[in-house]
Amino acid sequence: MSASKLLIRGLSKSFGTQVVLDAIDLDIPLGDHMTLIGRSGTGKSVFLKCIAGLLVADSGKISLDNSDPVPHCSYLFQQNALFDSMTVFDNVALPVREREAVSRNVLATRVNEMLDKLDLIGASKKYPAEISGGMQKRVALARALITHPEIILFDEPTTGLDPERKYSVFNMIRQYRQQFGFTVIMVSHDVPEVFEISDHVAWLDHGKIVYRGTPQKLLDEPPAGLNSFINPQLA
Amino acid sequence: MIRKLGRCGIGAVAELGQLTLFTVHSLLGIFGQRYRVEKLIRAVYEIGVRCVPIILIVGLFTGLVLGLQLYYVLSRFSSETLLGQAVALTTILEIGPVFTAIMIVGQAGSALSAELGIQRNAEQIDALGTMRIESLGFLVSPRLWAAIICFPILTACFDWVAILGGHLTGVELLGVDAGAYWNRLYDEVTFTHVRDGFIKALAFGFLTTAVCSFNGYFTHKLSDVPGARGVSQTTTRAVVYSSIVILAADYVITSFLLQT
Repeated sequence: MSASKLLIRGLSKSFGTQVVLDAIDLDIPLGDHMTLIGRSGTGKSVFLKCIAGLLVADSGKISLDNSDPVPHCSYLFQQNALFDSMTVFDNVALPVREREAVSRNVLATRVNEMLDKLDLIGASKKYPAEISGGMQKRVALARALITHPEIILFDEPTTGLDPERKYSVFNMIRQYRQQFGFTVIMVSHDVPEVFEISDHVAWLDHGKIVYRGTPQKLLDEPPAGLNSFINPQLA
Repeated sequence: MIRKLGRCGIGAVAELGQLTLFTVHSLLGIFGQRYRVEKLIRAVYEIGVRCVPIILIVGLFTGLVLGLQLYYVLSRFSSETLLGQAVALTTILEIGPVFTAIMIVGQAGSALSAELGIQRNAEQIDALGTMRIESLGFLVSPRLWAAIICFPILTACFDWVAILGGHLTGVELLGVDAGAYWNRLYDEVTFTHVRDGFIKALAFGFLTTAVCSFNGYFTHKLSDVPGARGVSQTTTRAVVYSSIVILAADYVITSFLLQT
């Protein structure tokens, strides 16, 4: 039987005496888009990094509901984390070149196909500093997608972008999720805009998931406390 | 006071332990890498080839000064004919390995530390982790092996140019007999001297590259401030610590070599 959910159970993480994640339980249906919202400094990025394996949780378990090993996750960093001394082509080729035994021709074909799908073929010989912020985001996504991950973790992908670019990044994520079928776990502050592309929303507060539901349900019946977060002017 | 001293001591021992583990993992990391020859060649170019001009310039001036100083000391005892031997042994045993290492640290070591620090701050090292690429093997390992290859070669270049510099001052400028300069040198410099100089160069290359890489790689943990100032702090730290390591290791290695 194939897995249908990523199960997170009792995930805890502290830095010194500061408890950042306090025994978090969360189910994430595979193939869906889960957005994690919450105030700054509540541990959303720490949560993503624990899932990606960049931070080791103090306790807790991440598994699939059919006990298979957790599938490979790719991670999109806030500032893209592209290698600035490598061209766009080399950045996208990097995970394949370093991990898989493929010939140079096969690698080139695979990278060019990916660049083509993400409308980056004209930029393949450019360096990250020579392309726009939106294109850099797409390069980072291409690098994440080229290893065919089942889950992609997005850490505030629209930070510092103007409203127009913000929407284009959200549209890009929606479009490519439909095209490639990966699961999205995203941290975002862009509420309520991010609700348009999310299947589920979870609110992290004081190290705990205090709300989980669909965006529509959240907008229709916002729980106490969350209303002021979504509509600060009303509060 | 005692508590503070104890804490400093424990911190220093812990950091030394981390440095040792870091170095061992980095050294072995090359074997898990794909395209390792390509990476090694690039690292040899960065650490070795780019440092050749500075090594030659410093070597020449060091030889010129050595020739001058030693000539005036030896002439007091009417022993100017020993100049070639004196310049060669001083250079091959001490000045060559030490100056070469300090010059490479100044040029390539600081660059390595700063590059790794910036990569850490830009989350590029974390990105390698998410791509399941072993970051020590990818970033540090080729540089460590390249240093082991390059330091002895650059030291040999330094030695030759310094000996030529001594010749220019002693023979061409101050009138020491050319035959005496070179014959004394050939007679007195043995394979053991050259070997001892290379042992030092190997040790300095290994230690300084490990120290510089460690400081850059862990810039987020070793500096008091984040961002660019943190990178500048750890780069300075890398150069200062490497220089101390060179001189301390020189003393220890010399003590061992003189006993054997």
